[in-house]
Amino acid sequence: MNILEMHDIHKSFNDLAVLKGINLSVAQGEVVAVIGPSGGGKSTLLRCATTLERIDSGKIVIGGTELCNSDDGFIHYCGKKTLGEIRSKFGLVFQNFNLFPHFSVSRNITEALVHVHKKSREEADEICNALLKKMHLAHKANEYPCNLSGGQQQRVSIARALAANPEIIFFDEPTSALDPELTKGVLKVIKDLATEKMTMVIVTHEMSFARDVADRIVFMDGGVIVEEGPAFELVTNPKEERTKKFLAGY
Amino acid sequence: MNPSDITAENSVLALLTICGVIVAVACLIASEIIMNAKKKHYPEGAKIKKPLPVILLQVASAVAAIPLVISIVLKMIDLFTGNRENLISTVKLLGQGFAFSFGIFIFTILFSLPLGLLVASGRMSKIKTISVFFKTYISILRGTPLMLQLLLVYFGPYYLFGVTTGNIQIGPFNYRFIATVIGFSLNYAAYFAEIFRGGIQSMSKGQYEAAQVLGFTKSQTYFKIILPQVVKRVLPSVGNEIITLVKDTSLAQVLAVTEMFTQASALASAQVSVMPFIVAGLFYYLMNLVIETLLGLLEKSMNYYS
Ligand SMILES: Nc1ncnc2c1ncn2[C@@H]1O[C@H](COP(=O)(O)OP(=O)(O)OP(=O)(O)O)[C@@H](O)[C@H]1O
Ligand SMILES: [Mg+2]
Repeated sequence: MNILEMHDIHKSFNDLAVLKGINLSVAQGEVVAVIGPSGGGKSTLLRCATTLERIDSGKIVIGGTELCNSDDGFIHYCGKKTLGEIRSKFGLVFQNFNLFPHFSVSRNITEALVHVHKKSREEADEICNALLKKMHLAHKANEYPCNLSGGQQQRVSIARALAANPEIIFFDEPTSALDPELTKGVLKVIKDLATEKMTMVIVTHEMSFARDVADRIVFMDGGVIVEEGPAFELVTNPKEERTKKFLAGY
Repeated sequence: MNPSDITAENSVLALLTICGVIVAVACLIASEIIMNAKKKHYPEGAKIKKPLPVILLQVASAVAAIPLVISIVLKMIDLFTGNRENLISTVKLLGQGFAFSFGIFIFTILFSLPLGLLVASGRMSKIKTISVFFKTYISILRGTPLMLQLLLVYFGPYYLFGVTTGNIQIGPFNYRFIATVIGFSLNYAAYFAEIFRGGIQSMSKGQYEAAQVLGFTKSQTYFKIILPQVVKRVLPSVGNEIITLVKDTSLAQVLAVTEMFTQASALASAQVSVMPFIVAGLFYYLMNLVIETLLGLLEKSMNYYS
C-alpha cells in the first residue's frame, strides 16, 4: 500500500512555476531520498505534502486519506476535520529544528500528545521517555532546547515528529544546519528508523547517506523529477546528463 | 511637636545613623571576605552563586543604612523648609492623592494591556478595512497630546451628543475619574499595540509551521506557543511604558481629578514651598522603584530559556 501519493502536482509562487507536474508515490516501509540542486523545488514539494503550502493542481493522498484533488479542473482541499486526521498521519522534521524554546525537551514532545491527541499526561510521558531513550537523550528530558547542541536539538525534533506515531516522516535537509561533527548522531537515528521500516521521505545533500539508507533516490531539478531509481544504481550509474553533472559535484 | 522633641528625635536619629553606618560597613566587609574565600576554590572569572550568608549580610547592610537615608532626607527637607510639621500633613494629603494616581494607574494597566493586544491583532488583520482602521487609530492616539485626548473623553459626550456626564457614578468613581481611565487606556493601548505587534512579528514563521503540522489549532498555537514567547520579548518595552504611565498619571489634573500632582500643586501654593513637589516626586520614584523590582523579578523568572 502506498502511504504517500502525489499526482501531477503543480505549484507556482506568483509567476514562478516551482513544481511542474510531479508524480511521487512512497510505499509503506520505503525510504525515499530526494536530491537535486538548490532551487529545484525539493522543499516546496515537501511543504505541499505537509499542508504548509497549497498546490495549484494535482492530487495528494496520505495514508489513504485524500488531502486534495483537482479532478474537475479546480483545486479542492479537504475540510478541517480531515485535515486534522491527515496531520496526525505524518511528521515533519525541519532543517532548523523549530523546537519550542519555552518548553522543556519533554514538553516539546508531549504537548501535542496531550492537547491535540488528547492523551493523558502519564501516557504522553511514557511515549516521550521511550522516544528520548531511542534518541539517546533520556538524560536531557528536563533541559531547555537552548542548552542542547544542534545535533541534540534535531534529535528532539525527530522525537517530536515521531510522538503521535505517524505513518510517514518527512525530513527537509535534517543535517544542513549542523556542524559535520554533529550530523553523525542525527543520521544514525534516521538510519535506525529505516531499519525499523519507518516510511520516510528525506531531502538531503548527504549523498553517501542517501545511497546507503534510501531504497530509492529521486533527482529533482527545475521543478520536475529528472530521474529516479534504486539508490545504489542511481548514484553509481545515473542515466540522465543532468543527474551525472549534479553527482559529479560530490 | 515642640522644638525640644525634635532635638531629642534628632539625637536618637544621629545615634542610629552612626551605628547603622558602622554595622552596614561591617556587614559589607564580612560578605566580601566570605566571597573571596569562596572564589579561591573556583577558576578565574567563573560565575559564583552567592551563598545564603552573603545574601543575608548584604540585606542586613541595606537595612542598617536606612537611618542614614532618613537623616539625609530629613536634612534636605529642613534645608528647603525649616519646618518639619508641615511635612506630616503634606505626606497625608499627598497620600490621599496618591491613592487616586494609583487607581488611575492600575485601571489603565488592567484595560490597556488586553485592549492593546486587540488593537495589535486588528492592525495585523488580513482584512484591509480592519487593518487600516486600527492603523489610523494608533496613528491618531500616538500623534496627539494625551492631555487633549483626556479633555475630549471628558467633554466629548456633552458637546457631541448632549449627554450630561456630571452625575455618572460607578461605585466610588465619578465621571472625572472614569474619563481619565478611559482616556489613558485608549492612549496606552495604542502604544502597547505597537509593542505587541513588534513582538508578534519577530516570531519566526517556523514556530507557526511546527505548531501547524503537529495539529495545534490556531488558538492553541497563539496562546500556547506564540504569546508566551512574545511576552518575554516585549517585557522590557512594556516595562518602559508602565514606568512612563506612573508619571503620566499627573496629567489627570486637567480633569481636576485630585490625584497626587494636583494635591502637590495646591499644597505648594498654600505653603509657598516646593516641599510638596519634592515629596510627590519621592512618591512617584518609590512606586517606580517597586515596579522596576517587580519587572526585574518577572524578567528573571523567564530567563530559563533564551
Ligand atoms: N514562499 C515563496 N515565495 C516565493 N518563491 C518561493 C517561495 N518558496 C520558494 N520559492 C522559490 O521556489 C523555488 C524552489 O525553492 P525550494 O526551496 O523548493 O528549492 P529547494 O530545492 O528546496 O532548494 P534548496 O536546496 O536551496 O533548499 C526557488 O526559486 C525559490 O526562490
Ligand atoms: Mg530546500
